[in-house]
Amino acid sequence: MKKILVACGSGIATSTVARAALEELMADKGIGADKVSFTQTSIPQIPSMANEYDLIVTTARYTEDVGVPVVNGLPFLTNIGEDAVVDKIITLLGFDN
Amino acid sequence: MKLIDSQYLFTHQHFANRDEALTALASALTQGGRVKDSYQKAIFDREAIFPTGLPTGKIGVAIPHADSQHVNQSTIAVATLNHPVTFQNMGDPDSTVDVSIIIMLAIAEPKGQITMLQKLMSIVQNQEHLDQLLHYDQISALQTDLEQTFAGIQLA
Repeated sequence: MKKILVACGSGIATSTVARAALEELMADKGIGADKVSFTQTSIPQIPSMANEYDLIVTTARYTEDVGVPVVNGLPFLTNIGEDAVVDKIITLLGFDN
Repeated sequence: MKLIDSQYLFTHQHFANRDEALTALASALTQGGRVKDSYQKAIFDREAIFPTGLPTGKIGVAIPHADSQHVNQSTIAVATLNHPVTFQNMGDPDSTVDVSIIIMLAIAEPKGQITMLQKLMSIVQNQEHLDQLLHYDQISALQTDLEQTFAGIQLA
């Protein structure tokens, strides 16, 4: 089970949208709830939570090194380039092997 | 109380800049009692740290919002602009977005907003729909469109 942390400014609004989109897009590619779990948080909470997750998706820019790959999830809000981001996430999590 | 109310919809607006636009929408919500006096400052504070401009394509959109503690009644305030104003890009605050449609969210119930946000994003992701919204002259036409788009959504 891989664990993805989805974060936005408040942990409520845009992370909800990004999470829903990512969940659906990954399920479409055969990576469902049995293989990946999602948790939402706010960006200020990332450093204290990062080490429990395999990957972090943020809707706002986040450049801190927290020892876990961080992916910009803005495409899940704009719908522009979201396929490329999903593929990147799948690769980073090792699901493409 | 309706999520979409003509009192908080504005078409063909002229704003000199982002701050003027944010102030106009937040003041309308404050005066109408939909949000608390603290809302406007919260909108500005939030925009400074986590900007809300979305690079959606030719027609840029911003979705300023604040925590629910500043809100009395869930409301979506919308302004369509004749001339875009500049917002910082949510995904990259060093770049900017020319915003023609501002959708200001006042959400009283954090858990109630998921469906609303998904509907909202379906608008934001659809340039044709955005173009349509931008060209309504009458507030009533904008209101009808938004009411249909958000039909069935119940918020506190």
